[in-house]
Amino acid sequence: MPEFPDDSVGLVTPQTAHFDDPLTLACGMTLPAYDLTYETYGTLNAERNNAVLICHALSGHHHAAGYHDDERKPGWWDAHIGPGKSIDTNRFFVVSLNNLGGCHGSTGPASINPETGRLWGPEFPMVTVGDWVHSQARLADRLGIERFAAVVGGSLGGMQVLQWTLTYPERIANAVVIAATPKLSAQNIAFNEVARQAIRSDPDYHGGWYAEHGTAPRRGLKLARMVGHITYLSEDAMGSKFGRDLRTNDLNFGYDVEFQVESYLRYQGDTFSSAFDANTYLLMTKALDYFDPAAAHGGDLARALAPAVCPFLVVSFTSDWRFPPSRSRELTDALIHAGKPVSYVNIDSPHGHDAFLLPDPRYQAVFAAFMSRAARDLGLAEETT
Amino acid sequence: MRTDLELIHRWIPQGAHILDLACGDGTLLAALARDKSVTGYGLEIDPEGITACIAKGVNVIEQNLDAGLANFEDDSYDLVVMTQALQALRRPDRMLDEMLRVADECIITFPNFAYWRHRVHLGIRGYMPVSKSLPHAWYDTPNIHLSTFNDFEHLCRDKGLSITDRAVGIRDHEGHWTSRLWPNLFGEIAIFRVGRQPMRSAP
Repeated sequence: MPEFPDDSVGLVTPQTAHFDDPLTLACGMTLPAYDLTYETYGTLNAERNNAVLICHALSGHHHAAGYHDDERKPGWWDAHIGPGKSIDTNRFFVVSLNNLGGCHGSTGPASINPETGRLWGPEFPMVTVGDWVHSQARLADRLGIERFAAVVGGSLGGMQVLQWTLTYPERIANAVVIAATPKLSAQNIAFNEVARQAIRSDPDYHGGWYAEHGTAPRRGLKLARMVGHITYLSEDAMGSKFGRDLRTNDLNFGYDVEFQVESYLRYQGDTFSSAFDANTYLLMTKALDYFDPAAAHGGDLARALAPAVCPFLVVSFTSDWRFPPSRSRELTDALIHAGKPVSYVNIDSPHGHDAFLLPDPRYQAVFAAFMSRAARDLGLAEETT
Repeated sequence: MRTDLELIHRWIPQGAHILDLACGDGTLLAALARDKSVTGYGLEIDPEGITACIAKGVNVIEQNLDAGLANFEDDSYDLVVMTQALQALRRPDRMLDEMLRVADECIITFPNFAYWRHRVHLGIRGYMPVSKSLPHAWYDTPNIHLSTFNDFEHLCRDKGLSITDRAVGIRDHEGHWTSRLWPNLFGEIAIFRVGRQPMRSAP
């Protein structure tokens, strides 16, 4: 048995919940049955009021904290989930799932379509943030959770949190929306479209049926990830990490990797494209593009927020240019106009959009303060020993 | 609670919807929510203050007052409070306009530069005053627009505002009779309750 740090949730095993009740999606299609893969950390208390739902971002998944058997690296949000951390697993029962359409166990394009016996592939229905929230609520039903102590997420995960406060206001006691936006800008959609075109124009894409051809559009997905990755980092972070450093001492006047930043981006792209499903990536970018809760209210976000009742914590990061502080301010101001309880914090960080994943003293202090206040209001034990 | 906060706590009506500019650690808003079901938001830029607010369950928005209150609508609050921040603003006069745009009444407190101890510092000893209400040295003070009880009254008069109430506080204890008689001399902290319309009677 390997040794885990004291503030880690330790070894975790994913579970899968199967659902037979059909789920009607925003696109009009119905999923007759589906699986959701998830992990839990901590213990659900007798009152069942200490559950926290983690919503993942574009390329995230259910493995948010702790370690899997075969890994040395912990889950993607291990910095913030664990005993004594911002989301303190001594007090909270944490549920983290892989969203519908994902490629880490939940039903998605790489699953079998029961109606055709063939992989879903490109025929997997477009899923929206709203659809995810409905499926997450069903998972909560399955786990016996009537109301979450908090729903928490960064980036696309933050959009799911926002949707929760509107769709199921009675089922969420607190909302934490980090590095998110109430809707994508034209520039955000433009970057997503470049990513989609990179994938779809790869000769190995085969109209999305690549698995049946025994291949995958890895070059396209790699390009998509490289472009995406640039938007996750700030110019300063990239500059201080790589500058104009060369891999060798001299210029070689060719198109192989010369600058360190090229090497880094290629490595990130290669690693990602060998582990992630291209059809899932396409779906996730569309879910991002479509999210706009104000649209049904003539673009009036404050009006769209009317159903929300719980306290919000909205967090942005100064150097995030993907979803910059101004977008979090837009959400905060709409919440203020709607008279909702909200606190807004703009964390000084050089790490760009990626900052929401990383530890930072002020970020952690604010996050922990909000979560402890939430625990106190719910009457959760100070610490279970 | 600080003397000026105690007085403000008394002045604010039950169930009011308020903004607290430079709300610090949220002491006032938390007490008002608890004792008088007051709702609203605090604005603050100090990281420790913000975290303390969040820990207390006080709604706090990280926002620099010098950037104005453009994100708050006209007449959207019953009252705007600003304690001990006026003197640190780039344009206190404009902030006063902004406060009385979002609410028709505001409460402002600031250190009275004409307080007798300050006068002794400057007038007799010849040094910039340093006191409990002005704890900084001249070179590192955030206070760039120090004023007196009389100065503020003049500003309100020039703007055609009505002063519905005014008081002075002494840091450590309730105001002495002398401070009621000669507030500009014996008041350490000036506390004004200002309304938009002149000659408007207090509620």
